[in-house]
Amino acid sequence: MTDLSTNSSFGETQSGEARFGDYFALLKPRVMTLVVFTAFVGLLAAPVPVHPFIGFCAILFIAVGGGASGALNMWWDADIDQVMKRTAKRPIPAGKVDKGEALAIGLVLSVFSCVFLALATNLLAGALLAFTIFFYVVIYTIWLKRSTPQNIVIGGAAGAFPPMIGWAAATGQIGIESVLMFCLTFMWTPPHFWALALFMRNDYDDAGVPMLTVTHGRRSTRLHILVYTVLLAALAIGTGFTAIGGPVYLSVAVVLNALFLKGAWQIFRRDEDASETDNFKTERGFFKLSLLYLFAHFGAILIEAGLARFGLGGWG
Amino acid sequence: MSITKTHELHKRRFGRNVGVGLLLTAFIFIVFGMTMVKITGGDVSGALQGKGKIENGD
Repeated sequence: MTDLSTNSSFGETQSGEARFGDYFALLKPRVMTLVVFTAFVGLLAAPVPVHPFIGFCAILFIAVGGGASGALNMWWDADIDQVMKRTAKRPIPAGKVDKGEALAIGLVLSVFSCVFLALATNLLAGALLAFTIFFYVVIYTIWLKRSTPQNIVIGGAAGAFPPMIGWAAATGQIGIESVLMFCLTFMWTPPHFWALALFMRNDYDDAGVPMLTVTHGRRSTRLHILVYTVLLAALAIGTGFTAIGGPVYLSVAVVLNALFLKGAWQIFRRDEDASETDNFKTERGFFKLSLLYLFAHFGAILIEAGLARFGLGGWG
Repeated sequence: MSITKTHELHKRRFGRNVGVGLLLTAFIFIVFGMTMVKITGGDVSGALQGKGKIENGD
């Protein structure tokens, strides 16, 4: 931030001193909604009841931990965020928050969230949150993102941990059900981001991030989207027959996976000319559907868990 | 000499101070609430009415 003490141009324009909202934006609030929701589902789907206030605190600390990793991501990626249209308005490239401040906020909130989650719930949940932050910041942001086109595939694991942390906060264990929820988000991430990369193509090219579209070409990316969507559909529908599934979940999964497969097939069949002509309408539609896809699957798991409290959920 | 004219920057700084103040207040309530839930075994209202169980006592 700029020093104001001897500022002769103390005039009409923004001085560079950040608003409270600028610091909040460092925590990537939109990503946080996904973290909060999936962690909430993991917590409530667990077979062990949690005191509402402890549950609230657990979700809050998981959200803060997710936000902290977002701040550390912005600190490290400030140079490429400046180049990409999609990220150029983030607080650091926009000149509202200093890089050092983002680093300090990220580190402090990381330690705070892990310690308090462990205190509120159990050590396993705190340790899992710490590992998630480490994975997202060090493994994904610092190491993989700029070095391999598989960055999204492996890095997607970081975004898949929250339901597992929620489950661990309730049970103190890692169950097969929480692993399934992890796998669902993990397998969903690549087609979600590759669809984005298809229609935000110049961004990643300009920033030199080795997205699949840049390293292996756009035809290969379309094929990858299709393959991952087929694998995801098998996993998502198969989950319907497990302890966290049930008729409601299975119905949602069948419908959404049919739509998702149809979208992936359409993306695979298209060529660049067709996409250019309608400004990537199909790819954009697939990306929007992917957001609904994940929320609806976890929403269905939540409904099954809610019904189970009245002896109605699941298969028996 | 004090600054009498309020600049947009002062509003921003004020907003930031209010935000930090609210966060600290929320933090106090969270620590207090967590402590109450933990020491009462989840039955906060019962404990406040003196209905808590005495464990390991004679």
